[in-house]
Amino acid sequence: MRETAVDAPALPPVLAAQGIAKSYGATHALRGVDIAFQGGEVHAIVGENGAGKSTLTHILTGAIRADVGRILVDGQPVPLSGPLEAQQLGIRMVHQHDTLVPNLGVAENILLGQWPRRQTLRWIDWGAMHRRAAAVLGELGYPGLPLHRLAGSLPASQRQIVEIAKAVSVQPRMLILDEPTAALAQEDISRLFAFVRRLRDRGTAIVYISHHLDEIFELADRVTVLRDGSVTGSVPVAQTDKQGLIRLMVGRSINDLHPVRARPAPRPALRVEGLMRVGHFEPVTFEVGVGEIVGMYGLIGSGRTEIARCLYGADRASGGSVTWEGEPLALRSPREALRAGIALLTEDRLGDGLVRGMSVRDNATLACLPRLTRLGVLRRAEQGAWVQEQVRRLDVRPPDIERDVATLSGGNQQKVVLAKWLLTQARLLILDEPTRGVDIAAKRDIYDTIGGLADAGLAVLLISSDLPEVLGMSDRVLVMREGRLAGCFDRAQASEERLLACASGVAH
Amino acid sequence: MPMTPMQPKRWIPAQLEWRELIPVICFVALLAAGALFSDAFFTERNVSNLMRQTVANGLISLGMLIVILTGGIDLSVGAVVALGGVLFAGMADQIGTSPALAVAVLGGTVAGLCNGFIIARFRLQPFIVTLATMGIIRGVVFLYTESPISPTHPSFRELGSALIGPVSVGMLIMLGCYLLAGFYLNRTATGRATVAIGGNVEAVRLAGIHVERTVTIAYGLSGMLSALSGAILVSRLGIAQPSLGTAYELDAIAACVIGGAVLGGGGGSVIGTLFGVFTLGVINNLMNLLGVKSFYQDIVKGTVIILAVLLVARRRRS
Repeated sequence: MRETAVDAPALPPVLAAQGIAKSYGATHALRGVDIAFQGGEVHAIVGENGAGKSTLTHILTGAIRADVGRILVDGQPVPLSGPLEAQQLGIRMVHQHDTLVPNLGVAENILLGQWPRRQTLRWIDWGAMHRRAAAVLGELGYPGLPLHRLAGSLPASQRQIVEIAKAVSVQPRMLILDEPTAALAQEDISRLFAFVRRLRDRGTAIVYISHHLDEIFELADRVTVLRDGSVTGSVPVAQTDKQGLIRLMVGRSINDLHPVRARPAPRPALRVEGLMRVGHFEPVTFEVGVGEIVGMYGLIGSGRTEIARCLYGADRASGGSVTWEGEPLALRSPREALRAGIALLTEDRLGDGLVRGMSVRDNATLACLPRLTRLGVLRRAEQGAWVQEQVRRLDVRPPDIERDVATLSGGNQQKVVLAKWLLTQARLLILDEPTRGVDIAAKRDIYDTIGGLADAGLAVLLISSDLPEVLGMSDRVLVMREGRLAGCFDRAQASEERLLACASGVAH
Repeated sequence: MPMTPMQPKRWIPAQLEWRELIPVICFVALLAAGALFSDAFFTERNVSNLMRQTVANGLISLGMLIVILTGGIDLSVGAVVALGGVLFAGMADQIGTSPALAVAVLGGTVAGLCNGFIIARFRLQPFIVTLATMGIIRGVVFLYTESPISPTHPSFRELGSALIGPVSVGMLIMLGCYLLAGFYLNRTATGRATVAIGGNVEAVRLAGIHVERTVTIAYGLSGMLSALSGAILVSRLGIAQPSLGTAYELDAIAACVIGGAVLGGGGGSVIGTLFGVFTLGVINNLMNLLGVKSFYQDIVKGTVIILAVLLVARRRRS
């Protein structure tokens, strides 16, 4: 669906991407994307997690290369072989995550890579450095920001300002902002928007990525919607509304990956009342029943992982109470949680789920070692049998339990992590993004396993930002938004549009 | 029908591939060079000398390996060697050889446990903590005695000089410790946890394992082995000097690294360290036989260490 702009642009777009496609193995991250960014325009890109926004911005900044398609800058095709070339063409990006050097000062960070030098011996010209940095910060509306302080000592909101200053210090022709307001307070956001408008009026092309639909309508001139790697619509903001955008963001065919399950009789196993963690999430109250799969949906930063970690004792909650199997639960440590029969599958398997360099056997039994030891000595035969059983049940390939987990594919690694928690004989399974980065075949195996476990009487809390997954697996769905429980839907009532609307704060 | 091929029992946790045999090949080449360049190399006397000289570093390196596997390092081992040595020598005449040995080993273990406790409980950098305790323990040793101790107890020298057949008691103790360590690291829950901590401490913590306890035990074992090494050493020499063990930590780290250990955790094995110990021992021995001046020896050793680390790094990246 293409709308023509009211005024046809006289100049070619600053950057145009034509026919961009990128695949990772069997996963198509982008398919045939055509998108153009005009100078003097704020062009927003929206889409849910996994729609392809990150891949697209990586291609635009030269971090990765597309398989198919071409990029034109000012109407001329450019090979864009690397980030350096993109920077030289004036394409700059402000990332979601910190790219500041924490032990360097603010000014040095802003001008990283272009520190002014004196003539004599190429010493750093501190005077010029501070003048230029102050000028950039002044433009952004922060003339008072301390230049001498180490970037690592600044609060998150100020670090974000410095990140933006760093990107605009070179007068970019195209500026990409990826979720820039995540760490900012309302006042900062207003100042940022004022600056963005000034930048736009000077002719810079602005790309604005955000899941905050209000911001899109406040700031952007044009919005493009990505879904599953394709562009489903590109319209001037004035010609659409939040409902329209949401409709473009969701609405795919229901797949049959998910096992069909009977609705369990309600019998609460986990009761969470007023659980909160200052700075991370507000008081939340919900229940998970025996044999029930409760989905928890939300956008990035909505607090779901934080809730999971508190329930598992990995982080300390500030308040609230949890009742598990009729008894009050003291959430002090993972060890206590495991003893109580609660397990947490974290969202970052390589970061804190697996020990690379150790075998499948060792990884899969890491959380149940006490049950496999007698007088401190591991009963290896039994350990091997337990792991073999899980490998067979989850269809881990290759089925060699002595293999280093690092050699397994993402999907199989995830199965090993799942096996680890299954072997703890937990009765409450908290799964945080259990199929992230997992191929479709492994996904199906994991879904079948989860469904089977719930049928056998486990309580499952499924945290996911994958809408079809949440809808296909859950008996009930909780929606988190910015640290608050924004809604609770029965399976019959839930739809992709309703969930996304609730998570984005749009009335439905 | 089981899909896994029968796995032979193994002491070495990782999969063996041909690249891992490079250190073996180098060692064999080293032995060949030894035979070639020195007539005295393969004599019975020299081999027994070699064996005796590697016992000390062998025990210290084993303790160092366990600590390195947790992602840490123990710079205080040399000082603990002295602690074990002077305690053993100092107590032998008063309470008898065996009780004195027990006291020495206990002392080293306590020192190690203190290291481990401070590092694990307060999450401090092992380098700094053990650098500090290195000085503290050395100071304590000098407090205990400023001059060398030479006990007159008749059985004092047995530990370091007695032979069982052609092999010294010390060597047997060392090999026994290596076997036990291999068993510990591969067959016990705490041992597996020790290895896992070096690979991903957060994953281990989230699996409900007591990380602090495991790390403290690792440093305790290092202290124990260093003190034992010190006792055997002073028994062999017949005299305990408070300056004993100075710079021994470097040889221990070198032996571990040559054997494939990765500083920061994530690599290393008992067999590899044994190898590293013998490689270093042979290099030292050869250079002595050839009459190489001591500062040349340092240059050669340093070069060998760099080459070994390069080899290990390339193996890991492949």
